Amino acid sequence: MKRVLIPVIAVLVAVSVLMGHASAQEVKTLRGEAGFSETNSAAEINQVIESGRFPQNYRQQPPLIPHRIDKYEIDLKVNQCMRCHNWQYAAKEGAPKISETHYKDHRTGQPMDDVVPGRWFCTQCHVPQVDAKPLVENTFQN
Amino acid sequence: MSEQEEKGGFFNRIWALLRRPSKTTSAGMLLFVGLIAGVIFWGGFNWTLELTNTESFCISCHEMEQNVYREYTGTVHDSNPSGVRATCPDCHVPRPWIYKIQRKIQASNELLHKALGTIDTREKFEEHRLTMAQREWKRMKSSDSRECRNCHNFMSMDVSRQGSRARNRHIEAQEDGKTCIDCHKGIAHELPANAFTAEEELNQAVK
Repeated sequence: MKRVLIPVIAVLVAVSVLMGHASAQEVKTLRGEAGFSETNSAAEINQVIESGRFPQNYRQQPPLIPHRIDKYEIDLKVNQCMRCHNWQYAAKEGAPKISETHYKDHRTGQPMDDVVPGRWFCTQCHVPQVDAKPLVENTFQN
Repeated sequence: MSEQEEKGGFFNRIWALLRRPSKTTSAGMLLFVGLIAGVIFWGGFNWTLELTNTESFCISCHEMEQNVYREYTGTVHDSNPSGVRATCPDCHVPRPWIYKIQRKIQASNELLHKALGTIDTREKFEEHRLTMAQREWKRMKSSDSRECRNCHNFMSMDVSRQGSRARNRHIEAQEDGKTCIDCHKGIAHELPANAFTAEEELNQAVK
């Protein structure tokens, strides 16, 4: 009995030690080498840049939003951007008017009275900018 | 007052007691007891009234909790850098007594509609949102945004610390004699569909 057990136990012990060693080397925490009791520092909070109009970085760039929009309601009922940027209000509020292309029906090209549904959700293309350093270096050139 | 009437039914005896001047108690005692009872009743009335002016009372109905309250959470009046909060009654219940009572009497209509279940689902609420919003806008406009001005005051507003957009518009509004609600609609709740058309109608009607 002992003759059988000793090699089996020896093999099991060797395997478990090897496995423990290997896993300790390969598996690392996603948050780097920080100890369990330490917490990673929170990312910096960057404020939205509120200024005049942003220059366009390339020919087809949707104009950037130079003000905060975090409290604006954009849903099926209401789009608060329209309160200043729609054609009825733009001149009165001194806001840039929405481009005429946004009033054209997608399929027929027919000019419509209001912004067409496909253009309703402004933030799909138009975004505000925060004063943040780029995370990765960028070599984009216009 | 004959003796026969006095010996009549229970209510007749109480009525007789109330009508007859007291023979046994002094006028001073009666006045004193009346005063104490008055204080207790009046205090109790106001205390009960103020209990209905709390956020927890407002959201004890699911109509308020699941619609307007959830929209309100996260807005600037709920959480902000300074930690000062304006809850439901701060905006929706006037502070001066006479206007408060007026609003409270109007609110009895809301109890009726609670019982009728006029807005007891999200769909029904959305259907009535425009009407209800317009009602509040009108109330605010006719009182020169009294409830806003409990905290926000043009005179105390340091426009030099505002962004250029806010600064220009606030100075303009002050010169034109505008009131808060003219521009600040839907700041704590979602706007109803067709809000902007309704806004124009309101401005034209009241002008």
